[in-house]
Amino acid sequence: MTDKKERIDIHSYLAAFDDIPGTRVFTAKRARQGYHLNQFAMSLMKEENRKRFLADEKAYLDEWDMSEAAKQAVLARDYNAMIDEGGNVYFLSKLFSTDGKSFQFAAGSMTGMTQEEYAQMMIEGGRSPEGVRSIKGGF
Amino acid sequence: MARVTTGITSSHIPALGAAMQTGTSGNDYWGPVFNGYQPIKDWLQQPGNMPDVVVLVYNDHASAFDMNIIPTFAIGCAEKFKPADEGWGPRPVPDVIGHPDLAWHIAQSLILDDFDMTIMNDMDVDHGCTVPLSMMFGEVDKWPCKVIPFPVNVVTYPPPSGRRCFNLGDSIKAAVESFPEDLNVHVWGTGGMSHQLQGPRAGLINKEFDLNFIDKIISDPEVLSKMPHIEYLREAGSEGIELVMWLIMRGALGEKVKDLYTFYHIPASNTALGALLLQPEETAGEALDPRRVMSGHSLTA
Repeated sequence: MTDKKERIDIHSYLAAFDDIPGTRVFTAKRARQGYHLNQFAMSLMKEENRKRFLADEKAYLDEWDMSEAAKQAVLARDYNAMIDEGGNVYFLSKLFSTDGKSFQFAAGSMTGMTQEEYAQMMIEGGRSPEGVRSIKGGF
Repeated sequence: MARVTTGITSSHIPALGAAMQTGTSGNDYWGPVFNGYQPIKDWLQQPGNMPDVVVLVYNDHASAFDMNIIPTFAIGCAEKFKPADEGWGPRPVPDVIGHPDLAWHIAQSLILDDFDMTIMNDMDVDHGCTVPLSMMFGEVDKWPCKVIPFPVNVVTYPPPSGRRCFNLGDSIKAAVESFPEDLNVHVWGTGGMSHQLQGPRAGLINKEFDLNFIDKIISDPEVLSKMPHIEYLREAGSEGIELVMWLIMRGALGEKVKDLYTFYHIPASNTALGALLLQPEETAGEALDPRRVMSGHSLTA
């Protein structure tokens, strides 16, 4: 632990994340944007809250200081839209678990593929990194 | 004197727990995964191999920690930890029994070694902690050893660097070795391997990256520890960043290790899965036979 490490430039560190196709890295900016959405999702870790949410989703969501777009994304179970609103998949997992759905269901729903197509792609070795590592570099 | 005898890596995906719970761990899909773990399970039951304590490095998946508190490195110092309710009710597994004396000792030692630990005296543990226990010990009424849960933030950016994790492992080793009681301690690094759970790029798997990562964590962790986050993200998917936690395990084993067993499988739900059994070279036991097992799609070129 005596080696002096090179200091990382925070601006280029963060900027590089935008160069990954089809990926939204959970940075401070997204964490701030999605604070209430993610805290709403956390509330579903309690059985009584899950019951109340499922009984009247709109009313439950209105208790949270969330943007209208975030509420609509939740109601539509549009996970890409939730992530665009600052949601993080581990927080949102409380929502799809409340629905009795798996990580594979939620991840697959964000790819534009059907569940069957997505599951089959995984069995066949998953999505290749070829061409989806960098937008600018195209590799 | 306590000593770190063994390092283990494991996936911690919830689907593995679900497969056990639903009795599907022997089917065509999950069978190869559970078969791949069996040699490690058997090894753990051999005389002298069962740890007294596991320092279990994992990431909390928005269970114990929400957006209000985000510790980079935390250590569970409680007497016991309950399985968290992650939205489908708590996993039906035993409470995790801690080792407060060793945990507090490690916490103090790490802080003196410049790692500013967050000390947890009341914490539920999620699938990140309990799924590896289920994979190693099966369905039991109580876990056969004590466990010190060691959550690492890899969810909210930036997570700790690989370098920081590797150095932390080295400090954990020193902390354990300064504990006066004679204890067989394991350090487990969980998570990975390549996977992405979000966005149009979900489902990414990178076998070449993973196999290289396995080779390097055994033979050249020093170089591996310098890999920047962006490379994990580009090559191993957004959730592949969990692999920095393997470097904590590796750092705790000292300079040279012997790989007793390596298992690699594609896919387990959304992920590629790697399970390793490593020991410090100077005190290593016999390698298992076979020593390397690949299954599923990983066998295809």
